[in-house]
Amino acid sequence: MLEDDDFQRSEDVVEIEIAQPATPVATSALTFRDLFSEMSIALTSRPGRTLLTAMGTILGVAALVATLGLAKTAGNQIVSRFDELEATQVKVEPQQQRGFGEQQQTSVIPWDSEDRLTRLNGVRSAGIFSSVNVSDSVRSVPVDDPLDESEFQIPVQAVSPGFFDAARSSLATGRFFDEGHSERNDSVVVLGPEAAERLQITRVDNTPAIFIGDKPFTVIGILADTAREPSILNALLIPNGVARQTYELQAPAEVLIDVEVGAAELIGTQAATALSPGEPDKLRVAVPTSPKRLKEDVASDVNALFLVLGGISLLVGAIGIANVTLVSVLERTGEIGLRRALGATRRHVAAQFLGESVALGILAGILGASLGVITIVVVSATRQWSPVLETWLPFAAPAVGALTGLLAGTYPAWKAASIEPIAALRSSS
Amino acid sequence: MSFVVELDQVQRVFEGPPAVEALQATDLYIKKNEYIAIVGPSGSGKSTLLHLLGLLDSPSSGTYYLNGIDTSALSERERAGMRATAIGFVFQSFHLLSHRTNVENVMLAEVYKPGSSKNRKQRAVDALEQVGLGHRLNAYPTTLSGGERQRVAVARALVGKPSLLLADEPTGNLDTRTGEQILSLFDDLHEAGLTLAVITHDDEVSQRAQRQIHIRDGVVTSLETSG
Ligand SMILES: Nc1ncnc2c1ncn2[C@@H]1O[C@H](COP(=O)(O)OP(=O)(O)O)[C@@H](O)[C@H]1O
Ligand SMILES: [Mg+2]
Repeated sequence: MLEDDDFQRSEDVVEIEIAQPATPVATSALTFRDLFSEMSIALTSRPGRTLLTAMGTILGVAALVATLGLAKTAGNQIVSRFDELEATQVKVEPQQQRGFGEQQQTSVIPWDSEDRLTRLNGVRSAGIFSSVNVSDSVRSVPVDDPLDESEFQIPVQAVSPGFFDAARSSLATGRFFDEGHSERNDSVVVLGPEAAERLQITRVDNTPAIFIGDKPFTVIGILADTAREPSILNALLIPNGVARQTYELQAPAEVLIDVEVGAAELIGTQAATALSPGEPDKLRVAVPTSPKRLKEDVASDVNALFLVLGGISLLVGAIGIANVTLVSVLERTGEIGLRRALGATRRHVAAQFLGESVALGILAGILGASLGVITIVVVSATRQWSPVLETWLPFAAPAVGALTGLLAGTYPAWKAASIEPIAALRSSS
Repeated sequence: MSFVVELDQVQRVFEGPPAVEALQATDLYIKKNEYIAIVGPSGSGKSTLLHLLGLLDSPSSGTYYLNGIDTSALSERERAGMRATAIGFVFQSFHLLSHRTNVENVMLAEVYKPGSSKNRKQRAVDALEQVGLGHRLNAYPTTLSGGERQRVAVARALVGKPSLLLADEPTGNLDTRTGEQILSLFDDLHEAGLTLAVITHDDEVSQRAQRQIHIRDGVVTSLETSG
């Protein structure tokens, strides 16, 4: 039962006044059941209007649920992609020397980097790679015909055999070269798929040759794809041996290391010393951002932004409910006067209007949560993400809606309660 | 002699500026099963008197006893309780809720009445039958004529079995013929034992009552027409 206290007199005064005759006076009362049915009649008698009133809050809650859910879903996707590749990659290169125009620095990266690194625990594979300075153009036919249009400028990279594993490259056909090719200074080449296409070489079983300038190279393999260092897709890959002998490659330019999951940080601290025990400071080691930190960064950035947006939508929704409820208080002035005449106290009137806006808020919360979840599922489906949703979110939404309705309804309810019945009844309706 | 209404020097002043003495200090007694008319020109204080009788307003001074109870000693909750149980209102402009059926409109009268949940609908149906609208129970007021709407309003005022029925210009919005229907309904209710106070500025209406209370500029003069 909702009951109204005496507005005019304090409790103390009432206790002193005992003179009142014993005739019991029944106080007016509104049972929860009646309150509930009054509220639901008011909300269902004009469903279109109810829905429109709730629309702002529905969209606010939907935005909140959808953005929180999508932030989590997207965050998970980013993290899992980093887990796959970035988190297991370590790269080493010489410190950039800020000298006087001295471009060619003597690198501290040794030629046997591969052996030194694969001895470390946690390294799956490692390889060195360097751009080779080749001014000659590349042909697939021996004759140097100046009119021939099948001449290309294609970058040449010298790589160690372990590089293919470290870059997670795969072959379309043929094989990778090995340490033996490098030691014998064999003129062999593995083609990136784009380079192979330009040179119109599709198979290697007939031992095709290409020409870098005048020098013939035997094509022993064609790449299908690579997970790292995508520049090699359009490159000629040759062993270090022939690169040093023919093109005077001075020193390896970079080391690429594929490490076990979780070992990146450790290898990062060990790689420089393993490669250059004397001068580890001259090497720069790039380790991936820690996946955990990354996940938190992404999630908190996205969440903060979206929470602000969702909060703003909710505020707009609350103003919408407050506005319409206030208008309906004015419209229903006659009804309020009638209810007071029929025995309603101010508190009964306030309870009804507050109850209506809270119920509206809860309804908006439920509809908004559904809309938000649908949005997450649809967006995830189009991006081929797996939707991730905090389980508490759909349940918190009606509570957020109720709170919105409570805040929005407080002023109109107070306004409704303060309407004088005499004035209200005089206004015709 | 049991009085339903006893006014002892009841006065109502609306604080200005300028202050308006809408009702000067008045003694008024209404007996059980009496049918009185309150007559006077516009602005004379009829509605002020009716609002005081209906506990929608409180006297500035003086004491109002309703069913022998000193209403000045009641809390707002108790006054509301008395409105729900002891008083039935009929307004000039009906005050029916357009989105509710006739039965629902009549049932509204008992929403704030303690311990009235049981058989509420049946009582509403009975009240509508009593005013001759048993065939329009589930119609909406918007589909009714003015006279029918006022009969729904009378049913709503009756359903709680009040000790006093207050009507403010009940025929003011009706033509003579439908107004006559309402007045004969009042006659029937009076015959059945109800106490009625009807405000009007129409002599035809006031002649139906047993007694006329004349009011002019807040001054009440009572004329007994014993029959
Ligand atoms: N709330 C109010 N504040 C100030 N004056 C009022 C108020 N209500 C009524 N009055 C004044 O009291 C007098 C009587 O009003 P009312 O009882 O409504 O007259 P009637 O119903 O006979 O037309 C009028 O002069 C009116 O202006
Ligand atoms: Mg009046």
